[in-house]
Formats: sequence, structure tokens, C-alpha cells
Amino acid sequence: MNGQAGAEAQGAGCGRMARMFYRQIAAEDLAVRALLAEMRGWLATLGIGEERCGAIEIGLAEALNNVVEHAYANAPGEIAVDMRLAADGLRVILCDRGAPLPRQRLPAAAAPPTPRRRAALPEGGFGWHLIRSVARDVDYARAGDRNCLTLVFDIMPGATWSP
Amino acid sequence: MKLEVSDHDGLRIVTVPEARIDAAAALRFKEAMRAATAEGPDHVVLDLAQVRFVDSSGLGAIVAAMKALGAGRRLDLAALTPDVAKVFRLTRMDTVFVIHEDAEAPLRRATG
Repeated sequence: MNGQAGAEAQGAGCGRMARMFYRQIAAEDLAVRALLAEMRGWLATLGIGEERCGAIEIGLAEALNNVVEHAYANAPGEIAVDMRLAADGLRVILCDRGAPLPRQRLPAAAAPPTPRRRAALPEGGFGWHLIRSVARDVDYARAGDRNCLTLVFDIMPGATWSP
Repeated sequence: MKLEVSDHDGLRIVTVPEARIDAAAALRFKEAMRAATAEGPDHVVLDLAQVRFVDSSGLGAIVAAMKALGAGRRLDLAALTPDVAKVFRLTRMDTVFVIHEDAEAPLRRATG
């Protein structure tokens, strides 16, 4: 029996170096929070540094929040989270059966403006900008009634690090 | 969400004793901030030393709390941990807030 193959088949938590992590979670804020904590623990077992772990958690948090708030509009639903360590980085695929993105494509990456007038400051609209800032590649596909969002993160420390 | 409030010579320090201001916590944070800053000194510092993670919902709630203070009052931030600092930097909100090393820094400046 090949130990590593077993770990891969079963996901994180059962092998020292499971290179794959798969979960199906409820589309709820607290389930997202729990998933992120578990994911961060898994990344740490892979030896990925704190800065990269933080960047990945930010990107994943925003993508999952979007599914909860917009795709499912806070109605019940499920999100499949598939993460694997690949040669080109950490690949994450999130799939759900909620509403498609507007025009079935990714929104622009622009950050909301930061006007000097306090009353005009934005209180939202940061999500996609954050995702695109921390992920190297972002891809979206609508297939039937499913949304699939693929995020690829660099895992070499320093790649996007700006102190 | 329970926030800790302490006043020092014209400065109110509001401390968040939780690890996350995320989508699950943002609304409760906003309500607690409204209560914690409804009265008191005009200068408020939000101490984020214990907060490990802020997402865009939490960021929006912090901006909302700052806007809710109204004219003549200000909200500064203090003690940003690395992932929190990253979110402020990537959204350029680090240019909107005065950010202190720690919550007592404005007091040292005033007396020193």
C-alpha cells in the first residue's frame, strides 16, 4: 500500500504531506470560517510560509463570501472546495450551484477609489480586487447550473511580498 | 461582539478582543462600534492587536465605523497584524487611516 496515494485519496489530516484537500461545505459564513481555519492548518503542514498562507486565506475568503452572498444570496446551498499542490502553485477550484456571475464572466479587477471626502469612502466592492491581487491566475466557467472558479496561488515565498 | 473601551486624556481606545472581523462578524462589529463610540472623546483608536484576519466585509465595517463618527471626530487604527495589514495595503485603505504601531502610541506622542 502506497501511503502517499492513500493520503491523497482521503485529503488532509491523514497523511503528513497530503497534497490534496477536498471539502464540501454549507454556503454559510460560519462554515466558510471553519473551512478557512482547516485549510490554513493544512497549508502549514505543507510547509507553506505565513505570508503565503495569509494571501491564500484572503483570496479564498473573498471567493467563498461571494458565493454565499451573491451566488446563493444567503439561501441554502453547498460549495465544493478542491485544493491541490501542483507544480505551478496551489490550485483551488470552487464549485457551486448558485446564480452565475453577471454576464457570466469575471468582473474587472479595479480597486474601489479612495476619495478624500470621508462620506464618499467605499464600504464594499473590495472582494474581486483582493482576489486578483493575491492570486496569480483567476478563471471562471459556467457549466450547466454550476459555477466553477479556479484560483492559482504562487507558493514560493517572496513572489508577491511587499512589506 | 464585545469591545473593550478605555479613555485616556481625550483619547478613546476601543479594543477588539476577537481573532476575526469577517463576514460572520462584520455586522456585530459595526453595531458594537456604534455603541462604543456613540459618545466620549473625539479621537478614537481601534486596537486591532488581537485580530488576525479581516476580510472585505470586516474592512467595510471598519470604514463604516469611521464614517459614522461624523465631522470633527476621527478613527485611527493600531497594531495591525500581518494579514490585516495586507488587506489594508492591497485596498489602499492604509492611505485613508492613520495607523499606529500600538494603541498607546498617540498618548506617547501627546506627552513626549
